[in-house]
Amino acid sequence: MMPRPIRAACRWAWLLPLWLMLWLMLWAPSLSAQEAPLQQVLQGVQAEVANPSRRTVPAVLSALMDADLEATPAFLRAWSEREVVQRPEDGLFFIARDGEGRAVTLIDIDTGAEVATVTSRDVTQIRPNAGVRSEIAAALVRFELSSPDPARRIAATEAIARSPDPGQIPLLRAAIGEEPDPAIRARKERLLAILTARFGTGPERIAAIEALAGDVGTEARGVLNQILQTRSEHAPALPEGANIARVLTVGVDIDPLRAHARLAADGLVDPRPGRTAIRDALRANVEDGAVGGIPVHQLTTEDARRAAWRALEAEGRVPPLPTEAEMRAAVDAVVFFDRYQEDDPAVTDAARAALDSTRTRVGLFQALNLSLEALSLASIFFLGAIGLAITFGVMRVINMAHGEFIMMGAYTGYVVQTLIPGHTLSLAVALPLAFAVTFAAGVAMERLVIRHLYTRPLETLLATFGISIALQQLAKNIFGPQARPLTAPDWLAGAIRINDIASISTIRVAIFVMAVLFLLLLLYILNRTRLGLEVRAVTQNPGMAASMGINPDRINMLTFGLGSGIAGTAGVAIGLFAQVTSEMGANYIVQSFMTVVVGGVGSVFGTLAGAGLIGFLQKGIEWFNPANTLAAQTWMVLFIILFIQFRPRGIIALKGRAAGD
Amino acid sequence: MTALLEVSDVHVTFDGFRAINGLSLAINEPELRAVIGPNGAGKTTFMDIVTGKTRPDSGRVIWGERSQSLLAMSESQIARAGIGRKFQKPTVFEEQSVRENLAMALKARRGVFSVLAWRAGPQDAARIAELASEIGLAERLAHRAGDLSHGQKQWLEIGMLLAQDPRLLLVDEPAAGMTPAEREHTTRILKSAARTRAVVVIEHDMEFVRRLDCRVTVLHEGRVLAEGSLDHVTRDARVIDVYLGR
Amino acid sequence: MADTPRRSVLRDHPSVLWFMALLGVFTLAVSILAEGFGLGVISTSLVKVLGMTLCLCLLAVAMDVVWGYCGILSLGHFAFFGLGGYAIGMWLMYARTEILVRESLAAGTIPPTEAEVAEATAAQIFGVVGSSELPAIWSFAHSLPAQLALVVLVPGLLALVFGWLAFRSRVTGVYLSILTQAMTLALALHLFQNDSGLRGNNGLSGLQNIPGALDVPQSVIAMWFFWASALALGLGYLAFAWVVSGKFGSVIRAIRDNEARVRFLGYNVEGYKLFVFTLTAVIAGIAGALYYPQAGIINPAQVAPIASIYLAVWVAIGGRGRLYGAVIGAAVVSLLSSWFTGGGAPNIDLGFYRIVWTDWWQVILGLGFVLVTLFFPRGIGGLFDWLVRKQ
Repeated sequence: MMPRPIRAACRWAWLLPLWLMLWLMLWAPSLSAQEAPLQQVLQGVQAEVANPSRRTVPAVLSALMDADLEATPAFLRAWSEREVVQRPEDGLFFIARDGEGRAVTLIDIDTGAEVATVTSRDVTQIRPNAGVRSEIAAALVRFELSSPDPARRIAATEAIARSPDPGQIPLLRAAIGEEPDPAIRARKERLLAILTARFGTGPERIAAIEALAGDVGTEARGVLNQILQTRSEHAPALPEGANIARVLTVGVDIDPLRAHARLAADGLVDPRPGRTAIRDALRANVEDGAVGGIPVHQLTTEDARRAAWRALEAEGRVPPLPTEAEMRAAVDAVVFFDRYQEDDPAVTDAARAALDSTRTRVGLFQALNLSLEALSLASIFFLGAIGLAITFGVMRVINMAHGEFIMMGAYTGYVVQTLIPGHTLSLAVALPLAFAVTFAAGVAMERLVIRHLYTRPLETLLATFGISIALQQLAKNIFGPQARPLTAPDWLAGAIRINDIASISTIRVAIFVMAVLFLLLLLYILNRTRLGLEVRAVTQNPGMAASMGINPDRINMLTFGLGSGIAGTAGVAIGLFAQVTSEMGANYIVQSFMTVVVGGVGSVFGTLAGAGLIGFLQKGIEWFNPANTLAAQTWMVLFIILFIQFRPRGIIALKGRAAGD
Repeated sequence: MTALLEVSDVHVTFDGFRAINGLSLAINEPELRAVIGPNGAGKTTFMDIVTGKTRPDSGRVIWGERSQSLLAMSESQIARAGIGRKFQKPTVFEEQSVRENLAMALKARRGVFSVLAWRAGPQDAARIAELASEIGLAERLAHRAGDLSHGQKQWLEIGMLLAQDPRLLLVDEPAAGMTPAEREHTTRILKSAARTRAVVVIEHDMEFVRRLDCRVTVLHEGRVLAEGSLDHVTRDARVIDVYLGR
Repeated sequence: MADTPRRSVLRDHPSVLWFMALLGVFTLAVSILAEGFGLGVISTSLVKVLGMTLCLCLLAVAMDVVWGYCGILSLGHFAFFGLGGYAIGMWLMYARTEILVRESLAAGTIPPTEAEVAEATAAQIFGVVGSSELPAIWSFAHSLPAQLALVVLVPGLLALVFGWLAFRSRVTGVYLSILTQAMTLALALHLFQNDSGLRGNNGLSGLQNIPGALDVPQSVIAMWFFWASALALGLGYLAFAWVVSGKFGSVIRAIRDNEARVRFLGYNVEGYKLFVFTLTAVIAGIAGALYYPQAGIINPAQVAPIASIYLAVWVAIGGRGRLYGAVIGAAVVSLLSSWFTGGGAPNIDLGFYRIVWTDWWQVILGLGFVLVTLFFPRGIGGLFDWLVRKQ
């Protein structure tokens, strides 16, 4: 049972205090029969606890350290937070929790149990000063870092990682020596390196920085980037011994106007008035409908306004307008440069070298992450499109209501979830049920509508569109316009992390697995069963198939049911990570069509190739413009339009006469 | 005199099946030519290649005095160059009247804007009437083509072919489904057309071919097996083998 | 049976004459009854709805020509319609905002420079997408003639380029429909972006205010646009009737029925398709340019693929292959839609369930459409044919 608390602790480390409380409360009953060990220790140093000073507090802390009790951290925290009180009658210490009014609840420091409720006047609050508190905090860290419970050691380590400060370096270093667990030890060592790289000095620091080379973690890269932070400065000449990142050339690296503005901001030159400043100054100097002798109504060009300014300048009412040459001279008189905030060039050199060596690895992992995302997107496209590919491929029927079958499946999942408690069980019920529901819907649709339109494919498109909008509105009438949740079981909630850069959520892995299962299942049905044989026969040559005793009506019906059923099952999967709304199908339909068309009609592998191409393409485009998914989709659609120009029958095209119109 | 159409060493493969395998053939102007051969000999594919419907894998197809390559031209360019085709299965525009079908085929400029501006002038109307009476549809000019009988559709298609006034007519099984009297009529039309232009007729019916009384090309397995008068080719041992089986 | 030498569209097609007469009577009746100049029986908002419906009818006629006659089920013509709207909307919005900006800047002690006006105008228009710079595509927004030219050029060029690519590679039938849908989707996705330069999903608004006529009451402006829409529909109808009546109509219908055969007759099928596709796109753009000033707002949702599918639905319900069918379909379905979804239809209380039409209209429309496709493939227009034949 060990791994679970560790994992939980990692994720919920910010809840540490609460977690500890909980932990204490769970364990308290078994200890309640015992004497109160912590209280005993504290009574031994009663005066030092009650009136702590910087000088006396180490004694208390070392006593506590020696005793090494479970309740110590909670006490230390309360002590530091001024939540510990002493009862004057018996000198016992309690943790106080404020109640209503002046009421205070006393909590036993060993068991965490509520002991009594008194008023604040009945007890003495202990108020350690800032110096004492920092001692306590350090002790707390030390205590936690070498706690016997690995979960608490990890939590303490992560706490340091979140708010690093130089004082933690010795604590951490001390804790490493006595760390028994190799994983935690490695984590501590890495953290120590990061802290040293950030706060250390001299060769030790440089060694730490060099050790971070190749570390793709965000913490390590964050530290290195922080070391390499620069600030923009200027001076008459490059300062001696300054750690210069780069010198800026005016006109190339920095705009002359901005350079001048920077000088003006530092008060070195008079600011050059901009358009707004000129206008405001002129406004302030309007006299008798004119500024500097120029009538106001003529001031509608920049030139006229500048002339008016010069007129005012001649009267000494505004500062002189710097000429281009003056500005240029002022700018040329100084050097603009970026300077490292870190003064030691050896440190910055080491950091830069470390970052450079990391860059390739970062790129590789980013590519890996992108590929994972693309793979996941491709499996979603595949799931959405494969049902369509079957119906389109076998029957040359465009089913615009395909998206609504996806929606229907997702709502089936939602309904099942409201009826059956337990997300795993309800998911297990929902998947086949969604298939059954949409299979039935597909068969009904084929019988009632599509069968009558086989000779008119374009009208099938429109009729199924009619069904699509009717189903959409129907779903909205039944389930309301708001999104319905379809919650994944807990075991699908997390993510698989490779490192800080590459990770993938478990649900997406599950969808990928599901896509693969569908693929295998379909291949099995199409290639190994009688139904598959007949379906292929009808796909390739309906007339011939009919003449060989295959009933195309039955095949069409089953095919349509199968395609719809797959859409419904896919709907459950899609609903797990997307919103279940009445419009969700419409969001997938166009993409699904693209997938089918790009892949090549009538081929499972074609759809697979289409989904792969579109998925990777979309992620690839997003790579160039990560901020804008819409733009990526636009480019993708444009690409598909062009693609179809060159391969009108898709990636995997049926050849020969079977492909005839 | 150079040939109007010259097909040389053409190969076409469909999924590994050699439909045309080194076909070479020349048609003069004027000439009436019958192409015969068993099923799968490549007769229709030959027409597909000439009219641009099928692109051969290799070989040359040369047209006219200026020796243009038909392989570089689209179907419509080939048709405008003067090659008309009648399909095996009559394909007329069933939703439109006989008159509209003929008017569309009538030799005239085919550009979008010329057609937009086109309105039937007196000569056009006269030509349509003339064609209609020739194909026996004068009374049915205003009828939907879809309402015609199968034979009448065949006629209409022949009329459309003539309306185009092509230099080369490719006619695929014109006599299929016709009565003896109609066959007679068809023969007459084809022979009269062949007086001024090249006519290539694909036919199964030997009787019909005999009545055409022209040079015959026998195709087999995508190449020319024999060529000459009907009597000549029917005496050819290889031809007899192919038709009777070995 | 010889042909008469000169054929006239009106003589050969009495339906055109009937349509023109009905449109004229309708326009006159609305003019007399409306608030703008007449008796005030018809409210200004209704005049706008009627004017917009006329624009939709023109769009439907264009759709009918490209689909019903030429057989190209384009799912992009509503996008062309929208582009026309955007083109004119840019001028309407820019010119009006500039007037307002000038007014507010004129209140200052010194008059603004042109650059200040342009900047303030841009900031006013694009503040909503967090930008204050005028995108390059707005370079001509200040000029009415330029934007009017764009109304025609933008949809026309897009249709020309797209059509050339699609027809050249002989994409037909269902594939072509999906391809046009992809085009529409790409356009809509592009317009949804804030940096598309067309205010993202905010779209363009305030289009009902006509610069240069800001003092004219809306009741009068509504009439202007109503008349313009009626005129456009009349002229467009005539032009299309002329296009589809002669040999050209014959050829495009032949392309619809068997395009390969038309090629063997020597016609360049791709050229014809491209011409029809582009011409109808241009007319769609013009219809959009008249529609959106009456609607007052245009946003990318209007351009989304579903709108184009609805357009096809109107035409199918009205009856393909006959121009008046498209008009009937667009008018009936769009007016019914706005009546039902606008809360015009009284809800029915069944005791156990209350039928709220805003919720159920789409269901009825969808199912009704399925029934029409199944049982009346010729649509409402087919009903007329049947009646005429009965007489």
